[in-house]
Amino acid sequence: MAIFINENSKVIVQGMTGSEGTKHTKRMLKAGTKIVGGVTPGKGGQSVDMDGVQIPVFNSVAEAMAATGANASVVFVPPKFAKAAVIDAVDAKMPFVVVITEGIPVHDAAAFYAYATSKGTTRILGPNCPGIISPGKSNIGIIPADITGPGKIGLVSKSGTLTYQMMYELRDFGFTTAVGIGGDPIIGTTHIDCLRAFQDDPETQAIVMIGEIGGDAEERAAQFIKEYVTKPVVGYVAGFTAPEGKTMGHAGAIVSGSSGTAAAKKEALEAVGVAVGKTPSETANLMRKILNG
Amino acid sequence: MDLFEYQARDLFEAHQIPVLAGAVATTPEAAEAAAAKMGGKVVVKAQVKIGGRGKAGGVKLAENAADAKEKAKAILGMDIKGHTVHQVMIAQAAPIAAEYYMAILLDRANRNFLVMASVAGGMEIEEVAHKTPEKLARVGIDPNQGIDKAKALEIAKSGQFPADVQEQVADVLIKLWAAFVAEDATLMEINPLVKTEDGKVVALDGKVTLDDNAGFRHPNHEALVDHASTNPLEALAKEKDLNYVKLDGEVGIIGNGAGLVMSTLDVVAYAGEKYGVKPANFLDIGGGASAEVMANGLSIILGDPDVRSVFVNVFGGITACDAVANGIVQALEILGSKATKPIVVRLDGNNVIEGRKILNDAAHPLVQQLDTMDGAAAKAAELAAK
Repeated sequence: MAIFINENSKVIVQGMTGSEGTKHTKRMLKAGTKIVGGVTPGKGGQSVDMDGVQIPVFNSVAEAMAATGANASVVFVPPKFAKAAVIDAVDAKMPFVVVITEGIPVHDAAAFYAYATSKGTTRILGPNCPGIISPGKSNIGIIPADITGPGKIGLVSKSGTLTYQMMYELRDFGFTTAVGIGGDPIIGTTHIDCLRAFQDDPETQAIVMIGEIGGDAEERAAQFIKEYVTKPVVGYVAGFTAPEGKTMGHAGAIVSGSSGTAAAKKEALEAVGVAVGKTPSETANLMRKILNG
Repeated sequence: MDLFEYQARDLFEAHQIPVLAGAVATTPEAAEAAAAKMGGKVVVKAQVKIGGRGKAGGVKLAENAADAKEKAKAILGMDIKGHTVHQVMIAQAAPIAAEYYMAILLDRANRNFLVMASVAGGMEIEEVAHKTPEKLARVGIDPNQGIDKAKALEIAKSGQFPADVQEQVADVLIKLWAAFVAEDATLMEINPLVKTEDGKVVALDGKVTLDDNAGFRHPNHEALVDHASTNPLEALAKEKDLNYVKLDGEVGIIGNGAGLVMSTLDVVAYAGEKYGVKPANFLDIGGGASAEVMANGLSIILGDPDVRSVFVNVFGGITACDAVANGIVQALEILGSKATKPIVVRLDGNNVIEGRKILNDAAHPLVQQLDTMDGAAAKAAELAAK
């Protein structure tokens, strides 16, 4: 099994006709993802050749869903128009929306998250995330498809490249699903949502959780692990050497005063029995030990 | 971006939030002129983006314009917790009857916005929350609902504001919310919000943080950037559209992806402990990592006189390692004799064999490759120690 997506996921690409959208649509198709359409307002009725596959373009998510039966959407729309794109998907009751776009104003993210929550029919992943992959089943977003295959580890991470690095280190075990939840201050799907789904997924045997400085999502995740998760969890936190008050690449990666530090997150995770690695390789080795028994 | 107090004051004024007269000055003479224009007593306040300036002697009452000049002379150039005072704000002095607190901020945990308002102001709000939580209203705001009159009044009551100021406080809160939205702020704090002796509610000091991601709809925010205190290397990196933060160590760092670069800093810091060296910077060249981006990144890092070695740490995802390796080779060609420091490269992931071969074939005398992140970090730290 996999979480949030599976081999039956039918995906539309919002912003498919843009350069990033086109590039990654081709990649996702190559990885076996069922891409059934694209949405670009004003370009409906056209179709785009994606390395030999004709993908129809629609004006709205509702149109695309009606025509294709899509049940997931991935957003490559530039920051300026991303809010309208997500609202369009929520209005169409799209069950799962993966927002790859980096640089969305936090007021826009807050607005579309609140809107989606009030409607209650859409799960948002991201923004500013690499997406989600269930190796061999579906790949929605920009995670490289060929790092590793299906297996027994579930991974949730704020960081894209650290996700790839960890999948690579543990490639001999494979993954049920790897989820990049994104590095923005407001994100739709959290560590907790993924931990819950992995705990409930019978195929996932162990979980890797990657966090970074900023906010208190890791501390809250630690509390959740204590209450709900019985599967082994190993953790990694990036940013021990980050100075106070400086944004480190991700809009949400900032230590404010004494809050949001890597040390506090590590401590909170260790307090609930999560083994936390000092480096990505050490973290991978902790997982290796667990899976090798 | 955090604003200076005087910028926050001006922004409040632009959004009809009641403030007192205020002006910014960079010299004692300008401070004197501003005080003379205001007339009467003024307060001279150091403009630094850090708390605790009052205790440090950065806020002084001046009896008149001549006194304001003296006070400004004492405050300008002062060091407050590592921040040099380049500007003072001259603010009209007002007899204060009561000090309150009000703020709107981004609430990451609840993924909405949070209003905090309290009759107890003038001190750290954490202290109020701890000692007298009943005096602090904490109310989540739905971004799509906002704050209307009824909600604002309810918050004023719950923050235990006295009946005679509730209407005014509610009015300030509605305007603060409008400003918060209009300016794409993530924090707007008024502390203290005061009642003057003639019964008016006025914002006396403010903190504002604006969302950098929203810059595209606020071309005027560019003028608020404090170029004077921006590190020159950071300014250069920004011009080149690079995500760079200057740190105080010796090992220059380049990587792809914010998380991986943060992790690289940590690994280098651990490895550097025994050599007494630390990371010199954060630099995320993002997914693309073209030759030009790599050259720009390397040139900024090599332009940092503190840097003694460079660690390029790339995990090839969408961008394959061969492209990154070509980027490094071309970057070194572009830089030519400007490249003078040893460069340790660790490539892994997509097309790693091809990438490593390209660097081996190029055999640049400054470049050496290691297979693992930990091993490469140790090597870079060792080279920086020499």
